[in-house]
Parts: sequence; structure tokens; C-alpha cells
Amino acid sequence: MFTQIRNNRSLHKLSALQKKKLVSWLFLLPSLIGVTLFFVAPFMVVIYYSLINNPIQKEFVGFRNYVNVWKNAAFQQAGSNTFIFSLMAVPLAVLLSLFLAAVMESRIPFKSYFRTFFLSPLMVPTASVVLIWQVMFHQNGIVNNIVSVFGGGRIDWLKSDKAYIVIVALFLWKNLGYNMILFMSALASIPKDLLEVAALENANKFQVFWIVKVRYMSSTILFVAIMSLISSFKVFREVYLMTGDYPYQTLYLLQHFMNNTFASLDYQKLSAAAIIMFIVVTILVYAMYAIENWFGKDLEG
Amino acid sequence: MSAQVNFKTRDKKKKIQINNLKTILVTVAAVVFAIIFLLPTILTITNSFMSASEINANYGSIFATTEKGGKVFISKTVNLKFIPDMVTFSQYFTVLLKSPEYLFKFWNSIIYVVPIVAFQLAIATLTSYGFARYQGKVKNAIFFAYIIMMLMPYQVTLVPNFLVSKAIGIYGTKWAIWLPGIFSPFAVYLLTKFMRRIPTEVMEAASIDGADEWYIFTRVCLPLCKGGIASIAILVFFDYWNMVEQPLILLPDSDMHPLSVFLSKINAGEISLAFAVAVIYLVPPLLIFLYGEDYLVEGISYQGGIKG
Repeated sequence: MFTQIRNNRSLHKLSALQKKKLVSWLFLLPSLIGVTLFFVAPFMVVIYYSLINNPIQKEFVGFRNYVNVWKNAAFQQAGSNTFIFSLMAVPLAVLLSLFLAAVMESRIPFKSYFRTFFLSPLMVPTASVVLIWQVMFHQNGIVNNIVSVFGGGRIDWLKSDKAYIVIVALFLWKNLGYNMILFMSALASIPKDLLEVAALENANKFQVFWIVKVRYMSSTILFVAIMSLISSFKVFREVYLMTGDYPYQTLYLLQHFMNNTFASLDYQKLSAAAIIMFIVVTILVYAMYAIENWFGKDLEG
Repeated sequence: MSAQVNFKTRDKKKKIQINNLKTILVTVAAVVFAIIFLLPTILTITNSFMSASEINANYGSIFATTEKGGKVFISKTVNLKFIPDMVTFSQYFTVLLKSPEYLFKFWNSIIYVVPIVAFQLAIATLTSYGFARYQGKVKNAIFFAYIIMMLMPYQVTLVPNFLVSKAIGIYGTKWAIWLPGIFSPFAVYLLTKFMRRIPTEVMEAASIDGADEWYIFTRVCLPLCKGGIASIAILVFFDYWNMVEQPLILLPDSDMHPLSVFLSKINAGEISLAFAVAVIYLVPPLLIFLYGEDYLVEGISYQGGIKG
């Protein structure tokens, strides 16, 4: 009889808990509906479109759309430009923001002002500074004025093969502060006794930094790298606002390709291109995640 | 003995000197970076107080390449000036009182961004509470799907957005910008991480006292998340205030574009106005930044590792 009561009670308890769990699902409902309607369901349609010949005949063509997009000269140009840009921008973003965080960790005066200054580009809308960028990187612009003082020749930066340098610089300008804050909070969260042990074992500063701190921050480094990769795709804003729909060929990015494909309403090309990008981004993020797991495994184990 | 002490103090002095030198070097590096980070913004602001003729004299040779007719004095090289020869508010006067199209586009920006920030946060607080309470396998799997969606660049998500807005007939209307923005998983991701740090006991205590979930959400959870909500709202605001990709694809009518896109289409004849417009567009995020920097820093700090 006693056990029965206990059973009853636990049954009652369980159902109350279940009720609460059910209620907690209700909180998710508005977002689930919206996300399904605007992202998940249409994404399924995108997959479907990428596999058929056109939305009217709806004939299944396998991977032909993918092959067509992959062989498309404009897509190749845009894809390789974007890829090369990200390959340069992401490691630089990680290293330089780590450097800035280290600067902020050391003893310097007016620290909180420096933090404000470094973070300030985050709030500046691209449209607001684009005029200054144009003034700087034009044929007759400021950067060339400086370069020519040191004996360099004038080039029209945005219409040259060196245009990469410009957009990498603009990307770093906007994103370093944000990354720096992430690294600052990670540096602050390193346990003091870990550093004390390192000091006891006569580790020099170099070792402390690279073996203890960087290793301890590996998950933050991963996060910064992933966020930088994602924001590197947004550099289109700077490029578009400076050079419009058809920039110099080294600045022709995937977003330009997508915009022009949207304009021609080529659903198959659009869908296949989106899926290819989805796969590439997923692979890149997964690879970074795997590297971090391998690198930081003995810390967690 | 005394020699040893002497040696020690000398060593200490040397160390202090090295430390001082290091501090100076690091400070110099910080100052250089600070100048690079601040200069473009400051130049935009100071240049907005120049007269039209001064702007043309300084930058005419750059922007004249797109000029359609009309003679302006064009200097051979560009002078970058910090301080205007004569401070004038004439550009602001023209923008604010004589050229309604800029104010109209500015208003567009507000109309798009404010509801997106408000409703994305409102829905995200609900959703994050749902994710943070009673975590299970299914919920965590869905949350993982949200992370993947958040990581996808516009080049991927705009295609589904475009298809659905055509299908339900909101393509080319404000709703095509609003709805995908409102349901964007970005705020959900950050807020969920924030709420998961609230100890379960805090909410359970209220639950044992007989409070229902809605009460716990509004009276226990939300007050604890005020700072997090503010910081995420700031980040979302900055991102949408800077939007370029969405209007280009979802709004074929350029009259409906926000100022963030329109500013690049300003024609060369009005280049002196452009600086004033740029500054006006900068004012709202600048005020929010100055007022909410501490929230912002705290919010970014919370993002940390992607696993947690």
C-alpha cells in the first residue's frame, strides 16, 4: 500500500512536470512557425528547385544544375574571389584582434577610452564611411598621396588587382573591435591558479601565452574564426556601396553573382548556387570545429 | 653583502625601466590603432561642416568622374582636411529643409529597423525561455538547427526569403523585409546562451511556490535578462541599420530603399550633401553606442565559446 501511494505520487509529479514541459514548448511556438515558414520550408523548396529543370515542367534532372553552376565562369570568378578574400581576412582578423586584446590586457593608460575607440567602427553604418573610403583609395586619393611620397606609383586601388588589400583592410577595420571584446573576456576568464602553476614551472612569457592562454582560449578562437567567416561574407556591403553592381573583376563577389541571378529570375541556378554555398559553409564550420576539438581535447578530458 | 643588495636593486631598476619601455611601446601601438579606427568617422563628421565649394575643391577630382555636365572647379590632387576653412551648417540646412528625399529614406530606415529589433527581441525572449527550460534531446536538436541557420550568410538565406515572399505575395512590400528579420534566429541564439546561465534553482524556487510558467518568465527570468536583452537589441539594431543585401533583392522599387542603400546612389553634383547625410545616418547608432557601450561589451562577452 505504501508503495502504491509513492507510485501515485510520482505519477502525479510526472504529469505535472510533463505539463510544464508542454508549456515550455508553447514558448517556442511563435518562433518555430516563423522559422519554418521563412527559412526551413522554402529551403526545402530550394533543394527541390535545384534538382528540376524548371518550375513549369518540373522534370527531375539530377545534379545537372549544380554542374552548370559549378562550370559557370561568373560563379567561378565570384566563388574564388570570395574564397580568397575570406582566406586572407579570417586569419588576420583572429591574429590582430588577439593582439589588440593583449594590448588591452597590458598596463596602458586610458584603457576604457581605447576600448571605446577600438569598438567604435562596429556601430558605423557602411554607408556613412563609404565616402571617406572612396577619398582614400581613389587614383588621386589619400593613400596614393602617401604612397607617392615614399616613391610608389599611383594606382586606382578599387580597379586593380590590389583591390583585395582594400577590402581586407575595410573588413578588419569594422570587425576587429568585436573580436577583441570576445578575446578580452576569454583572457579574463583564465583561472589565476593555472597561470600560477605555469609560473611555478618556470614557463617564460612566450610559453605562457602560446601554451597556456591560447590553448585555454581555443573555443573562443574557434568562435571568433567562425563569426569572422560569417561576417567576411558581408563585406559585399562595402564593395557594393563603393563600386555598384559590376565592380572590377577582382571585387566580383558571390553576392554580386546572386544579385544578378535574382535579376534574371533563374531559379535553378539560384537554388543550386545557394545549396553549394550552404554545403561549403557547413564543411568549413565543421572543419574548424573538428580542428578545435583536436587541439583542445586534453584540456577538457 | 651590501654589494649583493646593490646588485638586486639595480636589477629591479633595470626591470622597471624595461617595463616602462614596454608600456610606452604598447601605448604607442594602441594610439596608432585608435587613430586608424577613429579617423574615418571623425573625417566624415568634420567634412560635413564644409561648404559645397570647399568639398568640390578638395574632392572634386574624385567624384567628378561620375558628374553629368555642369562645371565645378576641380583640383588636381585630393586634399584631406580635418578642419573646414569655414564651418558651415548649410549642408545640414539643405538636407533637412530642402531635400525631402533624404529624410524620406531616413524614415524608411527607421520604419524597417525599429519593428525588426522590437519583435525579433520579443519573440527571441519567448523562444530562448522555451529552449532554456527543460532541455531535452529534441529541443537541443532544434536549437542546433537554429545555430546552423544563424551561421548561414545572406547569399544562402535570401533565396528562401525571396521564394516565400513571392509565394505569399509580400515581395516588394515592407513585410518582405520585416518578417524574415523578425524571425531571424540571431537573437534567439544569444539570449538562449544568456538564459542558460541562470541557475535552474532560481526558477524552480518560484515554481515550487506555485508560480506558473508565464509568471516565472515575466517576473523571474526577464528581470534577470535585462542587460542581455539590451545588448542583443543593440547588436541587432547595428546590423539592420547597416542592411544592404535584403532591400536590393526583396524591394525592386528603389523609393522604398533605406538610406543605407540609397546613400551610395547620391549623384556627384550633390556630393557635398552626402557627408551631411552620412552624419545624419550615423547619429542614431552613435547615440546608442555612447549610451549603451557597457551593455554592448557585456553582451559580446557572453557569446564566448560556441559549444556552451
